[in-house]
Amino acid sequence: MRRTVFANRWLPYLLVLPQVLVTVVFFFWPAAKSFYLSVFKSPPFGGRDIFVGLDNFTALLTTSDYYDSVVSSFVFAGGVTGLSVVGGLVVAALANQKIRGLTLYRTALLWPYGIAPAIAGIIFLFIFHPAYGILPYFFSFVTAYEFNWLLRGWIAMALVITATAWTHLGYNIAFFLAGLQAIPTSVVEAASVDGAGPVRRFTAIVLPLISPVTFYLVVVNMVFAFFGSFGVIHAVTLGGPGHATEIMVYKLWKDGFIGLDLGSSAAQSVILMAVVIGLTVLQFRFAEKKVTY
Amino acid sequence: MEAFSRRWTALAVAVGVLLIGMPAQAKTEIHFWHAMTGQLGTSLEAQAKQFNESQGEYEVKPLRKGNYAQTLTAAIAAYRQKNPPHIVQVFEVGTQTMLMSGAVYPVYDLMKHYEIPVKWNDFIKPVVGYYTKDGKLYSMPYNSSTPIFYYNKDAFKKAGLAPDKPPKTWKDVEAYAKKILAAGAAKCGFSTGWPSWTMVENMHATHDQPFASKNNGFGGVEGVELLVNRAFGQKHIGQLAAWQKDNVYSYGGRGGAADPKFVNGDCAMYVQSSALIGGFTRGVKFDWGTGELPHWGAPYRKATSIIGGATLWVLKGKPEAEYRGVARFLEFLAKPEQQMWWHVNTGYLAISNTAVRNLEQGYHFVRNPKQYTAFAQLTGLPPTPPAAMAGKKAAPAKAERVATANSSGLRLGNFVQIRDVIESEMENIFAGKKSAKQGLDDAVAKSNALLKDFAATYKQ
Repeated sequence: MRRTVFANRWLPYLLVLPQVLVTVVFFFWPAAKSFYLSVFKSPPFGGRDIFVGLDNFTALLTTSDYYDSVVSSFVFAGGVTGLSVVGGLVVAALANQKIRGLTLYRTALLWPYGIAPAIAGIIFLFIFHPAYGILPYFFSFVTAYEFNWLLRGWIAMALVITATAWTHLGYNIAFFLAGLQAIPTSVVEAASVDGAGPVRRFTAIVLPLISPVTFYLVVVNMVFAFFGSFGVIHAVTLGGPGHATEIMVYKLWKDGFIGLDLGSSAAQSVILMAVVIGLTVLQFRFAEKKVTY
Repeated sequence: MEAFSRRWTALAVAVGVLLIGMPAQAKTEIHFWHAMTGQLGTSLEAQAKQFNESQGEYEVKPLRKGNYAQTLTAAIAAYRQKNPPHIVQVFEVGTQTMLMSGAVYPVYDLMKHYEIPVKWNDFIKPVVGYYTKDGKLYSMPYNSSTPIFYYNKDAFKKAGLAPDKPPKTWKDVEAYAKKILAAGAAKCGFSTGWPSWTMVENMHATHDQPFASKNNGFGGVEGVELLVNRAFGQKHIGQLAAWQKDNVYSYGGRGGAADPKFVNGDCAMYVQSSALIGGFTRGVKFDWGTGELPHWGAPYRKATSIIGGATLWVLKGKPEAEYRGVARFLEFLAKPEQQMWWHVNTGYLAISNTAVRNLEQGYHFVRNPKQYTAFAQLTGLPPTPPAAMAGKKAAPAKAERVATANSSGLRLGNFVQIRDVIESEMENIFAGKKSAKQGLDDAVAKSNALLKDFAATYKQ
């Protein structure tokens, strides 16, 4: 590999400085502040910080509510990732066919990604709300079962998973489409000549060849589901019913900004950070081995 | 080129407007952060404008900072950065946090310092009591309401019920709901808004039952515990859960999420804030009426209800000279004519007795009997306005409800989270995941931990 040599020894540092500054100011400094706050108890208006050691953490780890929230987070993240990655792949494979009006379809498929999560939540609210939604109204003709997610936790969870996966579908489709189009047609044609059917071609040729894309999407979707899925839940369920959809990121926001308990909120963000870093490391350690670049 | 010249014209106009608009002497700005939207926000701005035009020294600048929680968070952030607004509107559940914050200039002291006489005794007791500590009023009551009972008169008629007789007891509610369901006049009997506030906090108050120890928290922060898992709480919440099964009751979510159930005619009866009268008057298509909160009868005493809504808090940390303007603005808001104007335009309660009496003598309540329900319930008077019965010179009616320590309000730390805990457990109970006893026991245990945490944060 060729090494770049700078005449001025300060120039390279100067060139990376903006990136380093951004990282420090927007990533390390807030993260350090979270660590700091997580070992204090402080009244909302400030004035005093009482050092409490790991009390904020033990208080969390000894209540069942927090574990419920961790479990909901995994269910939610798993559901969103599974649904949006598999859904994205299926739709992308279909959109990769030679059909009429292809560009129109492809463009339209990306639209949901342009919708803000909070707006997506409101749309789902209008479709599914037990009191004024259109779908429960039609369901009521077919079945007596009440899809009342104001009281039934699992329906609420299914709803926010679907809504969140839907907002993220376009992103996945775009990546999968690019991945699919990068596959040389000669490889697929060669398999056809050897007598492989469409299913076999897909599993034996296409899937391994797009595995880097799939891996990337799984990691990104997972992180997104853990951190960035605030809007839909806030618009649809507010974490309820009970605490059924109160995933970790929602709970820490609620405790910090509604409950004004900064110490506990900071402790929760430290734990969440650890969980997501851990998950990402695990994925790189184990899942990446199955990826062919 | 054209765009360029247009921009210069615009700038020139803007400068001109600024110059003309600038008074000879700059006015002192008073920043007022609030959480009112729609008609409520418009009314608030109109009030500020009226004050600004009434004098030449101060300019009140209202600024909406989002909902109540967001407004409070914004004020806290501003205070910590040493640039707070002069006045911030805080919801009633934030009262204890504000009282303990050390960031507040008590309204009583403010008015005394600037020698502005305000007849605090003229204010309605349950409203003032909620925000008074050691005999001093800490914040200025602004928008106050209390839960009342709403019912669909058309559905009542269809079910053969008298449209002018709302149910008085919970037994009535059950019987009426069953008739309504049998007649197919509605899909559910009744629903509720703000579940903890209407069904737990106010039910304990109106039945003279304690919600928390130490006088509902008024007796100090240390050692306060919730008492909602006692016999009364279990009875009421257990009954709601049982009614949930046969549609006598239909849970509709937190806050105002259940409003559509009443508005679209699904549920024939509804318990919600009196502040919704205005919205319902504009938005509800059927004939409807209001009544007092239903009661369980003996052996429970019938007590007054408690308030909700928000008050105005004056924050420390502004230049001394500006507080005179704040005091003048609060004096303006306390005037009976402003109270009346605010009540008529928003549906929130007028909180001075003089204002209520003036409204009464102006036959406002005779023309708007729905607006009287909340006053009656808060002050303990019969729900029919006296003027409607005997003309202007009606003698004050005899009280039907007692005002007790249990019905004077709640003062709890971490109250926002406690409400969340209670409502989560209510949802678990209504979904059949927990018995009423189990759910309320859990709610109490979790709330007590929050109360203990709050006390530890402020321990001297």
